[in-house]
Amino acid sequence: MISTDDDILKQAEMWRLEGRGVAMATVMETWGSAPRPVGSHLIIDQDGNFLGSVSGGCVEGSVISEAIDVIESGTAKMLEFGVADETAWRVGLSCGGKIHVYVEKVL
Amino acid sequence: MDLRILTKLNAERAARRAAVLVTDIKKGTQRLVLEADILNDPLGAHLGDALRMGRSGMIETETGQVFLTVQAPSVRIIAIGAVHISQALVPMARQLGHDVIIIDPRTAFASPERFPDVTLIAEWPDKALQMLGADRYTAYVMLTHDPKIDDPALFHALRSDAFYIGALGSRKTHGSRLERLRTEGFSDTDISRIKAPIGLPIGAISPAEIALSILGEITASLRLKADGTRATR
Repeated sequence: MISTDDDILKQAEMWRLEGRGVAMATVMETWGSAPRPVGSHLIIDQDGNFLGSVSGGCVEGSVISEAIDVIESGTAKMLEFGVADETAWRVGLSCGGKIHVYVEKVL
Repeated sequence: MDLRILTKLNAERAARRAAVLVTDIKKGTQRLVLEADILNDPLGAHLGDALRMGRSGMIETETGQVFLTVQAPSVRIIAIGAVHISQALVPMARQLGHDVIIIDPRTAFASPERFPDVTLIAEWPDKALQMLGADRYTAYVMLTHDPKIDDPALFHALRSDAFYIGALGSRKTHGSRLERLRTEGFSDTDISRIKAPIGLPIGAISPAEIALSILGEITASLRLKADGTRATR
């Protein structure tokens, strides 16, 4: 059962060694009520397989699609999620918090 | 992130050594600082603080924002007693990401059939614990309520930096245990580190429930400050 952040980083290494394209997402800042603490990881491969979490499932879908771009481009990016508008139900945090998620490629 | 850095980070964790990954957000560069090198690092004070708190986070430096990913070793539970409670504790602890080592000199208890897939040492605690070397990420759980086995482990635990020391037994058992510890020269401050009766008061009866209450108490010791407020999130 891979559920701790430690196992997730080990898995990222193994995926990369298997030759998969891999990106790592890290919660870098949170404001208000955020479901996962700073330092939480989500890893993603080029096919959209993922392990770990950066929220309670609220923004993972969006992070995964951004991560696939990052795997292609190789350029890291900082994503911001909050509940600012009516599209919040789709890629927002229903808890009302705001988070910054850094997505980088494992080279 | 360079794969070599990720590999090194994972190797440090496997060796139970702390490390901090330093990411410069603007430049996108990264470096890994090992625990032994923190003092001499330009960001040494920040890294030391982050590691002590066990908390990753963003810091502001003269050259911009830097994110520190703190990697502390995983919690290691040393359980004295290859008993029924320990059997329930092993899978639950694993689910929480903790490593478990079981020590019991009674080979009938400490058998691989009863404890598959876990580090099992069929030795007296004073001998076994000398080899292990406890750090501040270690939790001791005394489960035999046999003084011959629990006491030597307790002496060892009280002389270590372990963040949690729990001992099974009724208040009466614990009372006589405290007498023996005082005779051995331990102070009231030392003795107050012991959680006894072990576990959170949830009315636990079955071995699995007792294991749950112990793991709950270990989590609280890890996450809460002495006054019961949250230390980290």
